[in-house]
Amino acid sequence: MLEDLLFNLQLVALGISNGAFYAMLSLGLAVIFGMLNVINFAHGAQFMMGAFVAWLLLTQLGIGYWPSLLLSPLIVGLVGVAMERLMIARLYKLDHLYGLLLTFGCALVIEGLFRNIFGSSGQRYSAPREFQALDLEFGDFFMPGYRVWVLIAGTTICIATWLVIEKTKVGSYLRAAVERPQLVQAFGINVPLMMTLTYGAGVALAALAGVLAAPVYSVHPAMGANFIITVFAVVVIGGMGSILGAIVTGFLLGFVQGVTDVVYSEASQTVVFVIMAIVLLTRPAGLFGRA
Amino acid sequence: MAEAMTAPRMAAAGTAMLEIRGLEAWYGESHVLHGVGLDIRQGEVVTLLGRNGAGKTSTLRAIMGLVGRRSGSIRFEGKELIAARPDLIARAGIAYCPEERGIFASLDVTENLLLPPVIAPGGLSLDEIYTLFPNLKERARSQGTKLSGGEQQMLAIARILRTGARLLLLDEPSEGLAPVIVQQIGAMIREIKQRGFTVLLVEQNFRFAQTVADRHYVMEHGKVVDMVANEDLAASMDRLHDYLGV
Repeated sequence: MLEDLLFNLQLVALGISNGAFYAMLSLGLAVIFGMLNVINFAHGAQFMMGAFVAWLLLTQLGIGYWPSLLLSPLIVGLVGVAMERLMIARLYKLDHLYGLLLTFGCALVIEGLFRNIFGSSGQRYSAPREFQALDLEFGDFFMPGYRVWVLIAGTTICIATWLVIEKTKVGSYLRAAVERPQLVQAFGINVPLMMTLTYGAGVALAALAGVLAAPVYSVHPAMGANFIITVFAVVVIGGMGSILGAIVTGFLLGFVQGVTDVVYSEASQTVVFVIMAIVLLTRPAGLFGRA
Repeated sequence: MAEAMTAPRMAAAGTAMLEIRGLEAWYGESHVLHGVGLDIRQGEVVTLLGRNGAGKTSTLRAIMGLVGRRSGSIRFEGKELIAARPDLIARAGIAYCPEERGIFASLDVTENLLLPPVIAPGGLSLDEIYTLFPNLKERARSQGTKLSGGEQQMLAIARILRTGARLLLLDEPSEGLAPVIVQQIGAMIREIKQRGFTVLLVEQNFRFAQTVADRHYVMEHGKVVDMVANEDLAASMDRLHDYLGV
């Protein structure tokens, strides 16, 4: 009886740590959507790039996990800045469906390129051994130390991002520009530059999640595509553009997936979409969205 | 610092601070301004009067660079701004308070107040703002859009007094407010004029306009068609009634 309980608890804990990835990714999507009005379909590809850059830094240059946590988001974020300047910025005047199509196309191109160069089989990227010190084990409950770290890091990153947006001067520019970009620019703030940097920051956040994910899932070109479908469901459930909604819903759905895994594991991958359908039918603006 | 600010202001008095010639503007395909020309001197309060749709708001938005396309000439303190981006126009020293006030719902009162960056020395300090608008201090932590209409208008004007902008564009600050609040707004505009700000004010209500302004431009069909000095207003009433249909 107790063993069962502990084993079930373990599934739920793993679910919540998956939720940390959902939260980080949907947070980046929410920030980008709020500011740029673009549904960034390349988010999964950028997450994958984050993992690949970490792997490349390790295998080509011998740069390890910790520096990669900083370097990979920086590199992929700069790629994001270039994408925004060269392509996405040209579509702001059009309906945001075009931004979605463009970023979707970018995602396919990026994934195709990586598949061509690195093949579709996964590359191993091991977490540093020191994470074993964080291993949690009581009887049948076992949570690898690295998963504990993902949970801590993911929560910290989400809270830090939220604090920057809600409590700082830069965050107040961001919130204001989401509401009335023209007026904010008429106050003397370079809004186009802000949009570029916001996109870069959202992409960097995806890449950071990618580095964190590299040791959990193998590093392969489709890793983002697998994730991003669930993440979009999270965004729809939380409410498009709601920062807090993205974070809370991300963790919540990780938890729900974990619980479903216990109760009826066959449904654990589908449950998110069932919830999405229910939310769309009853609260189309999402749990945290403003109608 | 006050010295440094007043010297060029004195020197510039008499010549135009803002000089607009042949200003045309478009929103997409629709041509809204057809060659607007006007001058504003340092320290003046000037109004744009006219019926709905005459192009008053569009003129302010065109000055700020907030229209789709514009041509002609907008010289501010000798600098040509017709091709400049809105943020650079703001940094040249022009501040804009839109008709809908533009208070941000996701910012509290203090964040709204501190949002526009200071672009030059010479603006009001936070203490001076709070002396002028005590309500804003009392309600510092309220959500911006939870304020009353009058308070929101005060906030919208207060936040551009801090920035050091020298020319303020105010779009119908009296609109939709109770008479007693309109009087307060009038007193505030006279107060900021006294402090050396230059104001271009869009108004439909010329009874209000005549209590604050030095001169009035009348707009019709996207053009300036007449100019009346405030002291000649009484003598020009018939003409104005024709223009404004009041």
